[in-house]
Parts: sequence; structure tokens; C-alpha cells
Amino acid sequence: MSQNLCFHCGEIALEGNRWNLEIDGEAQIMCCPACKAVAETIIGSGLKDYYRHRTALPEISPQQKRSANDDVREELKLYDEPAIQQSFVQHFDISQSESQQAEAILVISGISCAACAWLIEHRLNQLEHVISVNLNLTSHRLMIRWLEGEINLSQIFEEIHQLGYQAHPFSATEAEEQRIKESKTAFRRLAVAGFATMQVMMLSVPLYVGAMQGILAQYEVFLRAASMLFATFVVMYSARPFFSAALRDLRTQHLTMDVPVSIAILLAYFASVWSTVNQGPEIYFDSVCMFTFFLLTGRFFEMRARHRMTQAGNNLLDLMPSAAIKSGPDGDIVIPSSDIQVGDLLIIKPGQQIPADGIVESGKSAVDEAALTGEYLPIDKSQGDLLIGGTYNVESQLMMRVTATGADAELNTIMRLMDRAQQEKPAIAIFADKVASRFVAAVLIIASIIAISWWFIDPSQAFWITLAVLVVTCPCALSLATPTALTAATASLREQGFLISKGHVLEGLNQIDRIVFDKTGTLTRGELSLEQSLPASNNVTLTAEQALKIAATLEQYSNHPIARAFNYAGHFDTDNIEQVTGQGVEGQLLNIEGHEDTSYRIGRADFSFPQQNLSPPIDDDRQWLLLANNNQPLYWFALSDTLRQGAGATIAQLKNWDIKVSILTGDPSSQVEAVATALKIDDVHKGLSPVQKLELASAWQQQGERLMMVGDGINDVPTLARADVAIAIGQASDLTKTNADAVITNNSLTTLLQAISKGKKSTRIIRQNIYWALLYNLLALPLAATGFIPPWAAAIGMSLSSLIVVGNALRLLSSDKQLVSL
Amino acid sequence: MDIIYILIPLSILLIGVAVSVLFWAIKSGQFDDMDSPAHKILFDDDDQLKK
Repeated sequence: MSQNLCFHCGEIALEGNRWNLEIDGEAQIMCCPACKAVAETIIGSGLKDYYRHRTALPEISPQQKRSANDDVREELKLYDEPAIQQSFVQHFDISQSESQQAEAILVISGISCAACAWLIEHRLNQLEHVISVNLNLTSHRLMIRWLEGEINLSQIFEEIHQLGYQAHPFSATEAEEQRIKESKTAFRRLAVAGFATMQVMMLSVPLYVGAMQGILAQYEVFLRAASMLFATFVVMYSARPFFSAALRDLRTQHLTMDVPVSIAILLAYFASVWSTVNQGPEIYFDSVCMFTFFLLTGRFFEMRARHRMTQAGNNLLDLMPSAAIKSGPDGDIVIPSSDIQVGDLLIIKPGQQIPADGIVESGKSAVDEAALTGEYLPIDKSQGDLLIGGTYNVESQLMMRVTATGADAELNTIMRLMDRAQQEKPAIAIFADKVASRFVAAVLIIASIIAISWWFIDPSQAFWITLAVLVVTCPCALSLATPTALTAATASLREQGFLISKGHVLEGLNQIDRIVFDKTGTLTRGELSLEQSLPASNNVTLTAEQALKIAATLEQYSNHPIARAFNYAGHFDTDNIEQVTGQGVEGQLLNIEGHEDTSYRIGRADFSFPQQNLSPPIDDDRQWLLLANNNQPLYWFALSDTLRQGAGATIAQLKNWDIKVSILTGDPSSQVEAVATALKIDDVHKGLSPVQKLELASAWQQQGERLMMVGDGINDVPTLARADVAIAIGQASDLTKTNADAVITNNSLTTLLQAISKGKKSTRIIRQNIYWALLYNLLALPLAATGFIPPWAAAIGMSLSSLIVVGNALRLLSSDKQLVSL
Repeated sequence: MDIIYILIPLSILLIGVAVSVLFWAIKSGQFDDMDSPAHKILFDDDDQLKK
């Protein structure tokens, strides 16, 4: 390995072995004190096996998360307040012990692999007075039970925090309970269908053999009756979702796949029942069960994929902070955010989320509004400025006067906008459904013509020939054509980092005319990084590297997101550090070789070097910071939000595919043009409010364009809800993710290309499948209509055609090699 | 061959038992987390950590 990678988080360790930690007698490189602290906690708890077992690096690198570390403990203390606990902690009385037991469900973020779950569970289990810990790896939920009064909930939160993860309280919503119920019911239906299918198939072997070699009538009746019993459970219980969907579709007057599926199941079942009772020629219980089981399996996996995504995300309430500090005449009290009223005076600590809309009463700080407005730099706020609920206070303490809560708050206005947009969302025409409705109509007409014709030719055969026609034309292959292809493509895309949650995405990807990108956090990484450093004058003796080290040393004391660009590291010993809100950091650095213990300042030019009126060496919209000592300005640092990896290649390829590309962003700065030029995007709209974004998107749609929206912020949510295909970036807020149709989980834009090409391929395969199914029906229909195909041969033909369809769909599981290399 | 008159009802009974056990398992939440138990079993053998 040529580079020194951090043993804990896998990032490049810029300072060699400065933060080495001895593990198992071997010195391991750490990139920063934050990683070292986490690693020490892990080793100290005897859980070093975590490093051996993990299959993925931590999702959140400790140094990124370090901001406002000192305030974390303070903030976690809020969770000990009974008013806050009320909403998510349950209490149990256990008679033998003196203290009560309490139980809570927490959502853990930052879990990247199974070893994380193991680590958290074991660490918490080591704590005294913790009774049980169970972490669900699918939903990232931690169920914990502890002895009340013996250990505080905030201690548990802190332990999790020290391991490098974040915990949030979780209270189940109605939608959540609905989801659990749905998933359990689906599993039960599938299980019944599975068991019954196996039994019926076993019973049908002697029946098939008997049909060829002869069987005593009494045995045949008995075997048929037994099959009927199993099939009855399948039809009455497992297949019920198909019937209710078909009824709903008939009421809304459009024929979907559910209609022929229901007709096929019901007809085959009742014909078999009649046959069993009256000793007719043939039964189809095995086909009924198998058909239901296959279809249910496909739908079950589709549902699991859908749930997986909404589970990880949560709901609006989780976005809002659960506690607020209210300042009143009797001192400061902690209240749940649901109790906030208009006119309250609240204290907002740095790093805290602002709980409601309001106006700054006193204090000065920067507020990160990126999620709501798309602006990538925190905005300075002082007395009289508006604060929006759901944004973050980053720098120092603020007092705010609440002006709107709950339904009137800005965040909820966006939610209402989203609801309206969702209703106007155009439906992607599903090819199979279009074919299906015509096919169903045709089959029903042909079957009745055949039935009537045979009634005149030979009434005794009319029923069985009509049944053979219906079984032969059973839409089995046709109805499997789409779900199998979609399931295979979805599974393969999931491995490549593209998680699909709504069924129409793959077909939609193929029809896209225009892709609309949000800028901050989508085309760019949404965080500042150091782009350039220039000496402030010719007689600066400091090298760029030294200057950077000094800057990093000072910036480690700052809470401002700007400081994160300097990789938080203390290179020198310091003294008299002071952070000046909205200005910068100042402090003395000790023991630098060749220098006296001088004091340095970094920040805005008028703060760092007030003696002179200095302006940045290059006039652009980047953030320029000046490093200076008392005598002279030293270095300029340019910070900017850099492009996401692969953005250029992605845009170029999209244009190659004749897809129009636009930028819609809330950021009003000239940074937008810089990004557009770098990516060669001509159609740029900046400084837009969520409403304006939505209006532009609907205008394009009214011109008949199919729109894909890729975004990450709350301000994108209404447009995402309206777009034909909505895609969120993995780092997006939960609200954005739940409203998107798919999520790019590996945060690389090139995944989008893989998804589009997979979408094209799956549409092609769906068509092949459908054409094959139609061709088969076309060939078999005349044969069945003329009475050449006995019903058992019809059943075999049906199964074979289905297997071909499934086999064809499985081709989608392979990944596209040529695109991966992009 | 008359044995099938006993064996088939018996198998139906057994299936009934199996399905009801499965229903109970689903109800008690044993299928809620399909991912972590598979991994947990690999980790826990290594060393015994107790409180």
C-alpha cells in the first residue's frame, strides 16, 4: 500500500503516524484524533474483533462528525427529560426488582455492515443495568431495555456516539404499523401458497401416472379431493390480493394484469371443483397453486424492496428536533418540540436543529439552510433575521422568538406542496398493462365464440374445449413477463448502488426526455473543500504546507462548516484560542521551529488583518479565507463546493443518449454558472424557490416531456413528487428519500448511467417476454379451439412457456461490465 | 393401497401443524429481521465477553 490509510475510517492519513494506536502489538495508523478516540473505545471494550469482521468501512467518518463535539453531551442530556422521553420510552413494572424497567427504540445512523451491529450490541451489553439490546440490521433500529434510575438514557446515547454512530429516538407511526402488518400478512399468504403447492404437486404425480396407466376411480376421487382441500386454502387465502386488486381495477374501468390472473385462477379452480365432484376429465389444482405461488413470490420481493427503503428513512416528525429549550421568567426549561407555542422564547445551541419558524431575538450565528434552500454556505443570522424550522444552527447560541409552529411552519408548507404535486404526477404507461387489457378482452371474446360454436357442434365437449382454450391462453407467461424481469433488474441494480422502491422506475428510465439536477449536494458534494492556496504577498517565507498546518490547527476549534475543509487536526500546541462568530479563529501557536510563539488569525480578510483593506487575489464566488499574523497577511485559501465524482462523465454520456439536462437550484450565487460550465450544461435556472422549481418542472411536462429529477434537499421534494421518475442521492434527508422513486446509495452519479442502461435492457427483455407469450398463445389457441390439445398438455405448455419467460428475465441479473469502467 | 386413506389425512394434519407453527413464528416477529442473525452467528463464537 503506497498511501497511509486510516486503520479506522479508511481515509488517507495526512500526518503519517502522528496518531498511531497500538492494536495487538502492532502500530496502526489513524488519520485524526477523532478516529483514534473511537478506535480506543472499541479496543478498550475488548471488541477489537470488530475490525476483523467488518466488511465495510464506517459510513460516517468520525472527523466529519466531530463538529460541535463539546455540545453533544449537553444536547444528549435532553433525552433524560421525562417530557422528551414521553413520546418514545415505555415503562414496565417488574415486581421483584425495586426499580422500573424502561424500553425504547432508537434509529441508528452510520451502520455500514453487520460488524457495526455486533459492535453496538456488545458495547451496550457491557453496560451495567442494561437488560437487553437488539439491533435490527435491516431497519437499523435498536431496541434497548434498561433499569430506570440506575442508568440514564443519555449515557446510552453517549456510548453509541462514542463508537462513531448517531442515535435518534424512534416512535412508531401509523404508517409504520401498517407496513409491519402488510409484510406479515404477505409472508403468511406466501407460506400457505408454498406449502400447499408442494402438497398438491405431490398428490398430482399419482394422478398424472394414473391418467396414463389407469387408476381406480375411488383413489382418483380421493386424491382429487385432497388436492382440492389445499387449493381451496390457496384460492381463498393466498390469492385474495389479486381478486381485490382486480375488483378495484374493474370498478375504475381499466383492465390490468390482475383481471386475467383472477379470471384464470377462479375459472381453473371452479372447473376443477366441478370436475372433482362430478368426476370430470381433468383437474388443474396444481396449476392454480403453482401459478399463485410464483406470482406471490414476485410481489413479496417487490414489497420487501419497497419497505426496506421507507424503513431506513422515517417521516417528517423525525426531521424535526424532539426537544427545545424554552427561556422563561423561572429560568430555562426543556420542553418537547410539540409543546412549542407561538411567542415562546427559545434558546438554540450550536449544532442544534431549529425547532420552529421564528425571528432571532439576540445572538449572532450562521445557520445551515442547505436542505431547504440549496445554498451551500451557512447564512449569517443576527437580530431580526428569519429562522426556518428544520435548519441547523452551526456556530453559536441564538435566542429566537417563535412565529409559526406545526402546520403553519415553512417545512409543512413544502409538505403540502409535495402532496399536491404527488397527485398530479403523470403515470408511466406500463407496457404489459397496455398489452394485457387488449389481450384479456380478445381472449374473453374468442373463448365465448368457441364455446358457442362447440355448443352447436358437440355440446358434450363444449365446456372442456373452452376450458382448454382458457388454460392454454392463461396469461401466466404474460403476467410473469414483467414482474420477473423487474425483480431481476431491481436485484442487480441494488448491488450496484441503485435502490428502486417504486415499480414504474425501470420502465420510466427508458422514456426519459429530460433530467433535472439539483446543484448543491447532487452535482456537487454539498460540503466545502480546499481548492487553492496562494501566498498573500511575495515576501511570505512560509511554505504552503506550513500555512495549511497552521490553518488546520486553528480551524479545529471552529464549529463552522468551513472548518471541516481543513480536516480537523492539531499540528501544533496552542494557547489563547478564541472563536469569533461570523469572523474567524484567532490563537497563539507554540513551539513552531524558527518562529516565536506568534499569534495567528484565520477568517475573513478584515478580521485576520484589520490593518489593511485586503481583497482576495481572484475575484470569484468561492469562499476566500485569509491567514495572517500580527505583522503581515500570509496566505489566502479558496474553499469551494467541489463536483461529485463522475459528474462530468455522467452528463457527457446523458447528452450522448440525447437526454436533455437542466440544473434547477435554489442557490443564487455565481457558483452555479461555474458548475454548469464545468459540466457543459446550458440550461441553468438558479435562485429558485421550491414553488418555482415545481412550476418549471410542470411546464416541461406540459410540453410532453418525460422528466427525471435527481435531488437531495427538502426544497427538491415537491419537484421530486411531481417528476415522472424521482431519484434521491444517498446522503439526502429522510424526507427526500421517502418521496423518491429510487435512491442512489453509493453516492456516485455514474450509477445513474448503469440504471438507465439497465432500464433499457429490462424494457427490451419485457418486450421479448411479452411477444413470446403472445406468440405461444397464438400458436396454441387454434389447436386448443379445434380440440387437438387435451387439457393436461395445455397445462404442460403453459408451465414451459412460463419457464422460458423466467429464464429470459434472469439474464438481467448480470451486471453491465462496459459501464462499470466509466 | 388403502393405506393412503390414513396417510394422506395424516400428512394434511402435519402440514396444518407446520403452517400454524410458522404463523406463530411470523406473529412473534422471528422473520422481522432477515439479515442480522445470519451474521451474528459468525461473530459470537470467537471469545466469550460477559458483563
